[in-house]
Amino acid sequence: MADTPLYGLMAEFTSTDALVSAAERVHQEGYTRIDALTPMPVHGLAEAMGYDDRRIQKLILAGGILGTCFGLGLQLHVNLIGWNLSIGGVYLSGYPLNIGGRPLVSLPAFIIPAFETTILLAALTAVIGTLVLCGFPQPYHPVFNVKRFRERGSIDGLFLCVEAEDPQFDVAKTRGLLQSLGARGVYDVDA
Amino acid sequence: MSSPHSSAPPTIPVLGPGHTYASITEKVSDIVLQFRAPIRWFLGFVVGFSLLQGLMLAIYMLLFKGVGVWGINIPIGWGFDIINFVWWIGIGHAGTLISAILLLFRQQWRTSINRAAEAMTLFAVACALLFPIFHTGRPWLAAYWLLPYPNTMGVWPQFRSPLIWDVFAVSTYGTVSALFWFTGLIPDLATMRDRAKTRVGQVIYGMLAMGWRGSARHWQIYETAYLILAGLSTPLVLSVHTVVSFDFAVSLLPGWHATIFPPYFVAGAIYSGFAMVLTLLIPMRSIYGLQDMITLRHLDNMAKVTLVTGLIVFYGYMMEAFFAWYSANEFERYMIINRTTGPYWYMYWFLICCNGVMPQLLWIRKIRQTPIILFCISIVVNIGMWLERYVIIVTSLHRDFLPSSWGMYQGSRYDWSFYLGTMGLFLTLFYLFIRVLPMIAIFEMRMLLPGGQAQKDAAH
Repeated sequence: MADTPLYGLMAEFTSTDALVSAAERVHQEGYTRIDALTPMPVHGLAEAMGYDDRRIQKLILAGGILGTCFGLGLQLHVNLIGWNLSIGGVYLSGYPLNIGGRPLVSLPAFIIPAFETTILLAALTAVIGTLVLCGFPQPYHPVFNVKRFRERGSIDGLFLCVEAEDPQFDVAKTRGLLQSLGARGVYDVDA
Repeated sequence: MSSPHSSAPPTIPVLGPGHTYASITEKVSDIVLQFRAPIRWFLGFVVGFSLLQGLMLAIYMLLFKGVGVWGINIPIGWGFDIINFVWWIGIGHAGTLISAILLLFRQQWRTSINRAAEAMTLFAVACALLFPIFHTGRPWLAAYWLLPYPNTMGVWPQFRSPLIWDVFAVSTYGTVSALFWFTGLIPDLATMRDRAKTRVGQVIYGMLAMGWRGSARHWQIYETAYLILAGLSTPLVLSVHTVVSFDFAVSLLPGWHATIFPPYFVAGAIYSGFAMVLTLLIPMRSIYGLQDMITLRHLDNMAKVTLVTGLIVFYGYMMEAFFAWYSANEFERYMIINRTTGPYWYMYWFLICCNGVMPQLLWIRKIRQTPIILFCISIVVNIGMWLERYVIIVTSLHRDFLPSSWGMYQGSRYDWSFYLGTMGLFLTLFYLFIRVLPMIAIFEMRMLLPGGQAQKDAAH
């Protein structure tokens, strides 16, 4: 048994309050490689463990700005490049349309497609960014080796997981800590 | 919230009593995983699938013979294709309103209806897109008319045209709706993966859930992204029907060239969309016994939104008439006289009955909370909104500036078969959706339970 590599220890709690205070306590004890697993978002839980991930907001903003530039750039390109232009066999000439003497750069009209590309790229960044930051798709993760987690983890189970990689980790001590925090059960997570 | 001293009846909760995390999960996921489909599901699916065959026939005839099989002519060059396009796109708007705008306003009652409403949006947009794609007659050529891409002809679209704005708006709307819907599904797909009994179910739901395990760090990113997506969808949904209204308002035709069109179209879209949500969910909650999740409170609130947007739409009708008179423009005045007393007068007054008179019943609480009456009103509203587009498009076009170019319009049998066929497509997709995916957002329902949020959160 001792040969089975251990990914960490997982404790189950019976209420979100107990889980949040346990997470806070474990974080205060100096553990850094910890994670909580819940079937619904619990506000304040990630913060209790000291996680404050603000990368996605910035990515989405960048995606939106890129979208605006792309939308406006496309329309300006099409309306301003009136000569033959081909790069690597791809025709990139524009097609300026002078209809009734309207200005080639008609910004009020161009705002609408540019607005739509802004939203489109920001939304794509939001979804793809979330998947990338979460490391999805992820075909395997050790927490699924815990039978109790497989059965309850996406229904009503509230779990706190401490990884064996954590410098503070010690099987007996960590187990004792988790049990003292009111865990309803502590399970070994096989790697 | 009503105070205990007021005489108002107590507010109906958004979730029936006695539920736990497990009971919500089981109730919603069992609809897909455990129960055999009820006979009424098959009835609905058969109706939808039969109508879908009409769409196949209509598309075949259209591609084989060309747009001559439709009832369009000159001067009425836009007929059922654009009427139905606007009708379907409008219906889609309620889904985004419920899922995005009501999320930002922290309206908890949206929780049990948002998934189905978003699915409705997606399917409605799919139906809507068929019309502009097929009205080109040769859709395989339409790519370079519509989409900006470098081609050997060196031709690009005209970006000053509202029709190109429409391409951008509707394709973005379709894409963002799909993204929003899928993002909302991920945690529930994980639940389905864990609860699926068959290997096939486990593998398919498992692949779609992509390894979701409910990590707090993931929830943090997920919730931020979801909220921002809602924030992005809100201006998007308002822009989509605004752009659709530009198809008309930017032209110089009396009856179309009106500054009130954008807000009036957006309100009409939400109005018809909420009616369609009611049309779909009232039978659904009864088939699957979901009365404690989709409660009378939900129906009541949706009816109120329908009433408010219906009043805005009716105000739009009045303003069209007022501006026709106030503009002192003889063509504008003739347009409204022709609309109300011309050859299509019955359409106009039927429209006023459906969208102006019938929704007034929703002032009565008893009616808002009686599902069967509400269902009937929602059907009337759907018909009314279709008539609105018919009246706007046909009566504005059929009497051109010169009496020598006047004409009349009537949908041909292939127009009707195409239109009813898209209803079949819509129903087929919706009925398949409720068979294979959880139709209520399970993880969001869990958050409605007491203790679903840490008590400390109350202090935030």
